[in-house]
Amino acid sequence: MDGVSIPLDHVLLLASLLFICGLLGLMMRRNVIFILISLEVMLNASAVAFVAAGARWGQADGQVIFMLILAVAAAEVAVGLGLVIQIQRRFKSLDMDDADRLRG
Amino acid sequence: MLELILFYMASTIALVSTILALTRVNAAHALVYLILSLLAVAVVFYLIGAPFAAALEVVIYAGAIMVLFVFVIMMLNLGEKGDRREKQLLKPQIWITPVILAVLLLVELVLVLSQSAPAETQGLISSKEVGMALYGPYVLAVEIASMLLMAGLVGAYHLGRRYLEEGGGS
Repeated sequence: MDGVSIPLDHVLLLASLLFICGLLGLMMRRNVIFILISLEVMLNASAVAFVAAGARWGQADGQVIFMLILAVAAAEVAVGLGLVIQIQRRFKSLDMDDADRLRG
Repeated sequence: MLELILFYMASTIALVSTILALTRVNAAHALVYLILSLLAVAVVFYLIGAPFAAALEVVIYAGAIMVLFVFVIMMLNLGEKGDRREKQLLKPQIWITPVILAVLLLVELVLVLSQSAPAETQGLISSKEVGMALYGPYVLAVEIASMLLMAGLVGAYHLGRRYLEEGGGS
């Protein structure tokens, strides 16, 4: 069955394309919800790379790191969505450019 | 050969739905596309021999984390625009693309399940091996992850509580 196995390069290409999508979304969108979604896409892309590498070498380490990435994503989303609610309440909009008080 | 075709289909669906998710105007539509993208990535995980990661991707990512997003979008109520959006949801051009992509994923699922030997393309890593590694050499990382989740819980509680006291109360 080794002849038809999925090449590692293509999975890594998928991961990098997903990461680029997330990065472009992060830089182009100004809505807070979409910024969080872009962060999720980027975390997910790095998880794809880890799992693919772990599967390539037949080790479970890739999936262990995947579970740690899941924990990081869950904590990040919980705090980020709390911030989204605060931003909506203070600035009455979800536009990040309204929350630029730190710019001075 | 079938695994390769399924892999390319799933990755195409993942990429297309991610791009569609990040270019939507409405956040709820974007979430539907994002869930579709996560499901496609779960199929990819299954095909490269990580069924446990695929299950976790569906249960935690597409399930729990996306439910958090949906709750927050519901809390930021749309007000008077909500009714118009509700009418727009009934138009076919809103939901036809996610339905096509989801049907493609369903076809893949049926194809994978109808195979006698499910996708053992390269050495399958069982959940037992993952558990042995997780609580063997990685036990310190598990502790750190639990502390991170605790910090996230406290932070989310703090941010949400002030909202209820000041904004929701008056």
